[in-house]
Amino acid sequence: MKKPIWFLLVCLCTQLVTAQKYISGIIYEVSERQTNIPLPGANVYWLNTEIGTITNTDGEFKIPYPKKYTQLIVSYVGFKTDTIQITEATEIKHWLLPESSLDAIVLQKRKQTAFRSLLQAQNVTMISSAELLKAACCNLAESFETNPSIDVNFPDALTGTRQIRMLGLTSPYTLITLENIPAVRGASQIYGLSFVPGTWVESIQISKGAGSVVNGYESIAGQINAELQKPATDENFFLNAYAGNDGRFELNNHLNFKLNEKWYTGLYLHGNLRDSKMENNDDGFLDMPLAKQLNVMNRWQYMDAKKGFVGFLNVRYLRDEKQIGQVDFNPDTDKFTANSWGGKINTQRAEASLKLGYVFPEIPYQSLGVQMSYSDHRQDAYFGFNVYDIHHKSLYTNLFFSSIIGDSRHNFKTGISISYDDYEELVIETAYNRTENSIGGFFEYSYDNLGDLNVNLGMRVDHHNRIGTFVTPRIHARYTPWEKAALKASFGRGVRTPSIFAENQQFFSSSRSISIRDSGGNFYGLDAEDAWNYGVSFLQGFRIFNREADITFDFYRTDFVNQIVVDWEDPQQVVFYNLDGTSFANSFQTEVNLSPAERVDVRISYRLFDVQTDYLSGRQQKPLTPKHRFFINAGYESRIKENGSHWKFDATYNWLSAQRFPATFTNPEAFRLSENTPHLNTVNAQITKVFSSKFEIYVGGENITNVRQNNPIVSADNPFGPYFDTTFVYGPIFGSMYYTGLRWKF
Amino acid sequence: MKKIVLIVVVIIFGMQVHAQESNARATIEVDGVCLMCKERIEKAAIKTKGVKSAVWNVETHMLSLIYDERKTSLPLIHESVAAAGHDTKEIIAPEKAYENLHACCKYRDASVVNEH
Repeated sequence: MKKPIWFLLVCLCTQLVTAQKYISGIIYEVSERQTNIPLPGANVYWLNTEIGTITNTDGEFKIPYPKKYTQLIVSYVGFKTDTIQITEATEIKHWLLPESSLDAIVLQKRKQTAFRSLLQAQNVTMISSAELLKAACCNLAESFETNPSIDVNFPDALTGTRQIRMLGLTSPYTLITLENIPAVRGASQIYGLSFVPGTWVESIQISKGAGSVVNGYESIAGQINAELQKPATDENFFLNAYAGNDGRFELNNHLNFKLNEKWYTGLYLHGNLRDSKMENNDDGFLDMPLAKQLNVMNRWQYMDAKKGFVGFLNVRYLRDEKQIGQVDFNPDTDKFTANSWGGKINTQRAEASLKLGYVFPEIPYQSLGVQMSYSDHRQDAYFGFNVYDIHHKSLYTNLFFSSIIGDSRHNFKTGISISYDDYEELVIETAYNRTENSIGGFFEYSYDNLGDLNVNLGMRVDHHNRIGTFVTPRIHARYTPWEKAALKASFGRGVRTPSIFAENQQFFSSSRSISIRDSGGNFYGLDAEDAWNYGVSFLQGFRIFNREADITFDFYRTDFVNQIVVDWEDPQQVVFYNLDGTSFANSFQTEVNLSPAERVDVRISYRLFDVQTDYLSGRQQKPLTPKHRFFINAGYESRIKENGSHWKFDATYNWLSAQRFPATFTNPEAFRLSENTPHLNTVNAQITKVFSSKFEIYVGGENITNVRQNNPIVSADNPFGPYFDTTFVYGPIFGSMYYTGLRWKF
Repeated sequence: MKKIVLIVVVIIFGMQVHAQESNARATIEVDGVCLMCKERIEKAAIKTKGVKSAVWNVETHMLSLIYDERKTSLPLIHESVAAAGHDTKEIIAPEKAYENLHACCKYRDASVVNEH
């Protein structure tokens, strides 16, 4: 009986001895705005020992307290390291002071406004908000003017809408997401980018080559993701007013509030108006449409760092009206008559989206995410006698889980996506209705050997009610052969369902007859588009003029297994049919970024495109796609004074080689165009005077050398005749355009 | 009485086992001087079985670790990092390992440290 009791007592005693005392506390940072900002990730350790810990997301820490140690060190980069004398196990509350000497270092190494990632496996270029301020950038479609990876063109002479192109392929082949939720697609394919005001955009990421499996199966040429401003980090008040001599006025207003420690909300308002008729090339048609738009967004942001939750809720509403056509067109009296040719495009769009993220508190590499989005897009439009109405309802859900396998070198992301799209279209006199739904699962494994290799292997399996079951694999790799270099390769498949009318609305503004060669497929009698994209990219950083610079070489090829060929080689018609043969796009780009002098940045780029398709009439180069493009952008920022005032100058020069016109030789001579367009030079420039961090004014010009396409509209004097066509656009319609604006924030 | 003693002993041992975390966090000081050192230090730490995450800060010289206490321990991690050529507070790197480092990484040399 005695033995077990002794044994028990010994065990209890050892428990008491090993039961350690702990010391706990919270570390804060000293800041002008608030008094109690916790400092996560701060190092807390006993002097000359390796007994230490780091503060959690709430700034809290708990560290063993062996009585013999008395000096507790608290440190964090950018703050003065402190030593606290400890004599007993009391609760610690300590504030760290920012190290003012660190400011000097920050000023000397200016952050590039747009940069390519050296480390990521994918070929991503990031455009920051500072870069977006360099051009007029009234909306997302106009935010690529200073970046050579995205081309912008006008698909028609009337609506003034810009369409983007990546790797030589038009925007439907690029997945455009807003905060990683697919956004510009289906009914909003053509105008969707112009429905996102420029000031709402926080940053843009451009990924070349088949994107990640996490965002779906639709990306073929690449992915463009725009991050919107977030209520917690955006200004409390922001106002931007803009006026251009093309009669366009814009107003942007952001209002952000902090409701409590966890909730933030923001109200984003945008309005634009062009109500003066501009006609400068004597063809009787408005050079730019009469337009008005009201765009409102309310964002809610929830952050509970202690529990690991982050959430965003967005609600958006948009109303946009455009009037196009002849100057004397009156919608009330001339609609559907032969008095005058004109059209109206009225759009209403409502959207709600929710994003929730949960990071496991003790395991920062493990997280759960949910994305949900619903949109209702309604467009009622007519172009002369051609009616085109579309009502597109869309629901998207994505659930994913991310963690490591063994250690942080092996990461994986897996999840399920469900999508639903309902289309109701009226095309001239025919109704096309369809419902699409798909469910899919994905798995992406990522290996990072913390040195020279980073590989992403992704696989998706989806079941679509109109395509069946299919897989879309995506592979990306980055290898660092030597210092400051990155060799990237990507390979992947993309599948997309075509909305042939919504994506080619420019043909309604012509006398062409529109027809489909029905092959019994599930999309207007045609099949889904399917392509493989592969490419390599090499980036090398180097030093020149005693500053950082880099040079990049990209080559990508997109091969279509099926493509909806838009055949407008016959000037009297446009025919849609499934590809029978080969269609490919080869794109080669080289880009140099350097800084020849203090606060001067220069970007130079050359691109070569070879885009060919097998039409019924044989293999042809894709029409209106320049083979060579040269781009140079230069920016200078003057020294920033004490009160924050300085000047910013920016200029861009673009040269496009000749483009092939689609065939017009069957037209009577008066309505024939030459085989090729002339080459083009355009210049844009902007000057900004920043008075302080709160106020700035800018003045700029687009197409300063006044380059204009003569007679962009064929048969403009007889728009109801058989040769009327507004789709032969290769260059600017409106000559030089000057604008001014102000930005005020606090 | 024997049964009660047995139960209590089992509970005490149970508590001992429970005290080992699968996601233990610790910070140790490791000497190094550049981004190449960062890569080497993190790689050495993470290659140690049981280490899940290792992030080394160039400025503070602190290596933040998340590791499984049941599979490894801090002394073992110190050994791995030192074997790669980087001194830690507890263990000095063996001469051979230090000599093998790239010239710009020789953190024991004051002139090399100044260049960074």
